[in-house]
Amino acid sequence: MGLTGLEIFKQLPKKNCKECGQPTCLAFAMQLAAGKASLDACPYVSDAAREALDSASAPPVALVKIGAGEKAFEIGNETVMFRHDKRFEHPTGIAIQVNDNMSADEVKAKVDKINKLVFDRVGQVHEVNMVAVANDSGDAAKFADTVKLVQDNTAYPLLLISGDAAAMEKALDVAGANKPVVYAADAGNYEAMTALAKKYEAPLVVKGSDLNSLAETVEKVVALGYKNLILDSGARELSKVIADQTQIRRQALKLFRPLGYPTIAFANNDDPIMESLYASTYVAKYAGIVVVNSAEPEHILPVITLRLNIYTDPQKPIAVESKVYEILNPGPDSPVLVTTNFSLSYFCIAGDTEAARVPAYIIPVDTDGISVLTAWAAGKFSPESIADTLKKLGIMEKVNHNKIIIPGGVAVLSGQTAELTGCQVLVGPRESAGINSFFKQQWNQ
Amino acid sequence: MAVTIAKERWTSKVAEEAYGPQGLKVGGETTLPFLHFEGEIPNRAVTALEVFDTEPKDYPDILKEPFADVINDPVAWAKKVVEYGADMVALRLMSAHPDWNNASAQDVAKTAKAVADAIDVPLIVIGCGVEEKDGEILPVVAEALEGKKALIGCVTANNYKSITAAANGYGHYVIASSPLDINLCKQLNILINEMGLPLDRIAFDPLVGALGYGIEYAYSIMERARMGALTGDKTLATPIVAFIGQEAWKAKEAKDADVPEWGPQADRAILWEATTATTFAIAGANIFIMRHPESVKRFNAFVDEAMKSNAY
Ligand code: SF4
Repeated sequence: MGLTGLEIFKQLPKKNCKECGQPTCLAFAMQLAAGKASLDACPYVSDAAREALDSASAPPVALVKIGAGEKAFEIGNETVMFRHDKRFEHPTGIAIQVNDNMSADEVKAKVDKINKLVFDRVGQVHEVNMVAVANDSGDAAKFADTVKLVQDNTAYPLLLISGDAAAMEKALDVAGANKPVVYAADAGNYEAMTALAKKYEAPLVVKGSDLNSLAETVEKVVALGYKNLILDSGARELSKVIADQTQIRRQALKLFRPLGYPTIAFANNDDPIMESLYASTYVAKYAGIVVVNSAEPEHILPVITLRLNIYTDPQKPIAVESKVYEILNPGPDSPVLVTTNFSLSYFCIAGDTEAARVPAYIIPVDTDGISVLTAWAAGKFSPESIADTLKKLGIMEKVNHNKIIIPGGVAVLSGQTAELTGCQVLVGPRESAGINSFFKQQWNQ
Repeated sequence: MAVTIAKERWTSKVAEEAYGPQGLKVGGETTLPFLHFEGEIPNRAVTALEVFDTEPKDYPDILKEPFADVINDPVAWAKKVVEYGADMVALRLMSAHPDWNNASAQDVAKTAKAVADAIDVPLIVIGCGVEEKDGEILPVVAEALEGKKALIGCVTANNYKSITAAANGYGHYVIASSPLDINLCKQLNILINEMGLPLDRIAFDPLVGALGYGIEYAYSIMERARMGALTGDKTLATPIVAFIGQEAWKAKEAKDADVPEWGPQADRAILWEATTATTFAIAGANIFIMRHPESVKRFNAFVDEAMKSNAY
């Protein structure tokens, strides 16, 4: 990533022996730069050159795996500042915090709540990702007990929060095998914390008091031979977090290596509404992990929903298959609703039709998953595509009438669609929320 | 190794506009949202609370409650939203809708004038949403509001001519609405501008979706439009209006009182509206038209924090 063929060429042995399958070292270097060859093909690269080329070809933001087992997840490997430039790759992990001043019952009750934060949306399951355990008591034994209790009661990976290496060691005795995130190595304790993280191959958060001290400590940790890292600039105020998160992503994309790791952001706030708003902001603004206190669904659902939206691939909208969808067992006299195969359009119409208790057929036209108005503007939702779809699916043979309903936003299509399909075209509501009154006023008469 | 702070060298800025006789300033930023370390953000995001000129039909109880005593009196309702701390009042002329009261242009203009005279903040006037009818009533409203420097909308590709001419003549601003496509937004700004209304008298509305309902489309359009504005595209540099309340309060997550697995409605509904607003704030919107006073309060608390300096 980022290296030119010539830069790579400088590191090669220049023997031109052809063993790599290329006529010259330079030709091989060009293949490497294009990502079409692997360095392993050359048996003569020196270790020093390999190291230099490996780290130069590392992705701008390192990929970090968190936890073990079924609920393990990955963060990092991001390549852009803006989702419209490509996409955001790995959704922010949401961590909910408990601490070792809480009683065992309180901890268990909260972990139970966290385990239940599972939401179904558009047919997919969305959930939080981690439980953070903070060593607020300052007592190592208490910390380890709480960590054990949490681990015994949840499948989610843990985030262990303690600045005390002795307490961290005890906690890792209990939980280290499951690769929890170790929080945190700072300028004072990085040697001990790095040794612990290394021992368990657990991801290690490096914490600075600003970007400079963060970069410095990262370099010291890397010098100790550990690169499985996550970054915390130390910022806690909203505007500073936005600035630091933006800087870290920009620096990473410029291949400034000390900041080329995913980040963690703390949204924790005594006011759960502000906490939720901050957490959502950090989800959109580059955080790899975001930490909150509230385990209440009303505070978490908005954050999970925004994560789903922001991490959708903008080049590949979520689409439903273009086929006949039957709502509430429709029969020959049921209405035929035409829309696009943008999943949200379909699910809104399906939901509102169901709510109106009107059995109906829904026909999503394949518009590459884009919405009604955008598809209309792009010429993908047109009288022709509607006519083709009706014909292909044979829907009009299933009903004993000749009417189709198109979305209100594209009323202009009705004339030509009627001509092409031979159907009577009714113009439905602009918003699916209007379906109920539409059926009442225009269908049942 | 010391970090050399990466700053973008933007060459242009978002248009600065001043609404109402009070001259409430909006826009003018020379960088992306809240990146104070590399540019100026002279004016904070402004909020408007909606007032209906006739009792709204689809307000859930939680949304009616703060306005219970004024919901049939637009003037009293408008005064109340000013008390609640809105920077502007957004009067929605639903009574003109053919399926509602089909009120005449003269009737709604009278209400608009009465509301404007009763408040000491700038006024936004929104039509009934039927393009043809809005094309008839909004010019009459514009005339009645001469001197109020109101923000009038929504102007679409189908009705911009009559409304733009009146807004221009009577000294108002317009909201240009186009569906979720940056090129359509640009085109409509150009069409309106070609009728003689300066670009800094237009704010555009990319027809946003709420949290969970396509919010990411308008999010990316706003980010792209802001980058366009900052790199010199004047036709994308007008302030952005986001109809937060109208969209957020359509969501089941805001409206439904009784879904145990989503938690109690109170915080959930407020968060649905406030999160929709903060998300567009970090994408680049300037004017936030909202419905619940508590969401506005939360949103403003967020903006207070986000507007603090983060210079390095
Ligand atoms: S194998 Fe190595 S040394 Fe030989 S030509 Fe290829 S790059 Fe050069």
